Amino acid sequence: MSLLAEMNHRALNLGTPLSVHIDITYRCNERCVHCYLDHDDHGEMKTAEIFNVLAQLADAGVFFLVLSGGEVLMRRDFFEIVERARLLLFNVKVKTNGVMIHAKEAARLRQLGVEQIQISVYSHRPEVHDAITKLPGSLKRTIRAIRFLKSQGLKVTIANVLMNGNFFDGAGVMALAKELGTAYTLDPTITPKMDGDTSILALRIPGSELQEVFHREELVGNVEEFCAPPPPAGEDVMEGYPCSAGHTACYISPYGDVFPCVQFPLPSGNVRRQKFLEIWRHSPQLNEVRSIRAKDLTVCSGCDHVGTCTRCPGLAYMEGSMRGPSTADCEKSFQRTGIPSANMLRRALAGPTTPLIQIQQLA
Amino acid sequence: MPERYIARSTAIAARLLGGEMMVMSAVDSTFFTLNETATVIWQAADGHTPLSEIVANKICGEFDVDRERAQRGADHFVDELSQHGILLVSDQPLLNSSPPQENP
Repeated sequence: MSLLAEMNHRALNLGTPLSVHIDITYRCNERCVHCYLDHDDHGEMKTAEIFNVLAQLADAGVFFLVLSGGEVLMRRDFFEIVERARLLLFNVKVKTNGVMIHAKEAARLRQLGVEQIQISVYSHRPEVHDAITKLPGSLKRTIRAIRFLKSQGLKVTIANVLMNGNFFDGAGVMALAKELGTAYTLDPTITPKMDGDTSILALRIPGSELQEVFHREELVGNVEEFCAPPPPAGEDVMEGYPCSAGHTACYISPYGDVFPCVQFPLPSGNVRRQKFLEIWRHSPQLNEVRSIRAKDLTVCSGCDHVGTCTRCPGLAYMEGSMRGPSTADCEKSFQRTGIPSANMLRRALAGPTTPLIQIQQLA
Repeated sequence: MPERYIARSTAIAARLLGGEMMVMSAVDSTFFTLNETATVIWQAADGHTPLSEIVANKICGEFDVDRERAQRGADHFVDELSQHGILLVSDQPLLNSSPPQENP
């Protein structure tokens, strides 16, 4: 077991929130076609409020802090926030589109000791990337930012969300990442919008094309291993937790709302009205999330894929039940291995569908 | 060996978890966990207090260990962390270092 895995295990046993993701704004200078956010500012936390939250998170034992958005640099106090976070000795990761990062900003991020910068790149071709971000010239500016960051010695990861407008470009983005000296991650997940609009789900890569993505060695590595049939699930799997959401990690919105994860829109408290630790320890919602083991999953517990599926409890929640299946992940498991999930077999017999539940601010 | 003074680098992330300190270098992402004794030295690394005094007061005072053995362990710990830039070491007090933190 790696040291980090040991720390995760220890944090789980101690009930410590090891990792927190804060979206400091939903405002953005891009308008990505697949984005699930409402970019208007409905009263985001002020600088002092965020400082207060950061102090509470440090006291609670949070080590990994992800600052994201929206576009983080839309906040004029962004560097003040990073500076405060680093004074509190968080390991800070920043997610950005990079458009507003120049030599000065890159140097400041380096000076502040930011651990990693994750930058979204949708294609190596400007016409494709810029069509997704709806910001002309954005790929050029993003690549320029990556070069500035790399010149400072910072660790950069290119995050490549694949959808039906760019799924042929995965290998091109990966080659770009190699050329720029960055890490590369691929994610074919498209989630519904916050306002309940599911139209963007039409951007998801169709099944047959997802299968092709999962069988490209340059994207997934060892295809035989990646696409292997799932082994039988043992007791350790059935007694295990679906993911870290609510267990060692959580998400805080720009309005102070606390959720188990950025992809798990179950309102669990608000740091403007309650202490973070009070929410973390006593929120009935988080405690319910924590109570769920793989054996409790209504459909997935009987699925061949239960031990290897990327099932997202947040996406399952948006489909109607946090104990239920996430059909997007069923599709991934099927296209990866060729073995249909229990949910797919059930749906083939019974038919869909359940209403979506969306992010809501607490009243 | 001349007196040594130690201070924590600012280019790190650190947090106490269950009595042990997690430390990660922001320079090379090396990750360390410090046991209870090493955590005490880490927390006392204010740049002003000599290492021998930390060992005498914080280690021998709180743990059942003889001074010579404790000093050897502390020297080894300081050498290892300083190689990764996690601890700054000098034979003079480090004037600009921050005060000890009880729970970083």
